[in-house]
Amino acid sequence: MKVNGTERAADAPDHRLLVDWLREDLGLTGTHVGCTTSQCGACNVMVDGEVVKACTVLVASCADSEVVTIEGLGTPEALHPMQAAFRAAHGLQCGFCTPGMVMAGIAIAHAHGPDVPEATIRHALEGNLCRCTGYQNIVAAIRQGARAMAEAGLLGEPA
Amino acid sequence: MTPFTLARPASLEAARRAFSGDAAFLAGGHTLIPAMKSGLRAVDTLVDLTRIPGLDSIRRDGDRLIVGAMARHAAVAASPVVAGAIPGLARLAAGIGDPQVRRRGTIGGSIANNDPAADYPAAVLALDAVIETSEGTHAADDFFQGMFATALADGEIITAVQFRIPEAFAYAKFRHPASRYALAGVAVARFPEGVRVAVTGVAYAVFRWTEAEAALSADLAASLPALERDDINSDIHASADYRAHLAGVMLDRARKEIQP
Repeated sequence: MKVNGTERAADAPDHRLLVDWLREDLGLTGTHVGCTTSQCGACNVMVDGEVVKACTVLVASCADSEVVTIEGLGTPEALHPMQAAFRAAHGLQCGFCTPGMVMAGIAIAHAHGPDVPEATIRHALEGNLCRCTGYQNIVAAIRQGARAMAEAGLLGEPA
Repeated sequence: MTPFTLARPASLEAARRAFSGDAAFLAGGHTLIPAMKSGLRAVDTLVDLTRIPGLDSIRRDGDRLIVGAMARHAAVAASPVVAGAIPGLARLAAGIGDPQVRRRGTIGGSIANNDPAADYPAAVLALDAVIETSEGTHAADDFFQGMFATALADGEIITAVQFRIPEAFAYAKFRHPASRYALAGVAVARFPEGVRVAVTGVAYAVFRWTEAEAALSADLAASLPALERDDINSDIHASADYRAHLAGVMLDRARKEIQP
């Protein structure tokens, strides 16, 4: 399988969860473990272009897949437009939920396009929990990020 | 999680062969994997069904809408075929869990699990569906057999759900604000010969509300019966009386959507 563009041998027991393998075996600790019960979305990663909860996916089920984590989106010098929007809009406080929020934001931009309404963003964030911010700036960041992704040519036609 | 061996067969036949001893099938995994992580479930062999081709197809065949067992909730929600045949079913799928869950969860997994508060069992029962499996077929009326219990035999694999396309269908759900499961969900389908009503989240398992069916079959604007059963759930989320009341409110909402 590929992780952030690099070929990796998924050398793990069959019952290994994707999130544990990413964090403990590959050292990609940007993906967080929050509730571990498929609710909070802190572990969101992209598998074959779809944002899913890595705490509820087996590594062995991802053989031949392409996984992208928060580390694979951009670099500190060249952030992904959604990451840059979270920084510009101050869409975080403690930062724990942020990697999952950025992933969810990217999925929202792909699904709903650059002019996604605020209500749609709030509804689409129902699988992501933040205990600090009250969501206001997260929603603002995703609106900004969706527009920035479109300007950067990262969005196709909305589904 | 207790260790197990994962099989990833590429055909239905290979999946049946891989299922031996203490085994389970893995569809979207969004119930089974959490159950295994919390120690509620342990198996020696997990048989992943995602590589079997064709199980996720969605198509219309005459007066039937046929949804493959491995169709994800997100795919059903977005399918123009579903929207054309039974739009209320697409809306139901769009209200399951959250977006990440809907990208993984499948209809086959949902009905095989038969959670007493899951959404799909209500639709399958109200829409008089036929469940196709590796061994044959089951009528929805015979398929759901109580809390987490179905007519499936060990090693039997759901391949598709054939929904009867009704004149109108609606599903109204009062959802738990955290889990998105139904505190009360009522599915109502209008067929030429009458109305079918199925209720989830309220009792120990999905059931047909026969008094409501009789009332609505006679008159869609009928005054609605109160729900009276001795197996209504009562827990920290809602008392039995409150759930019974919610079922009536959901029934009223759903029946307003199926007026001619």
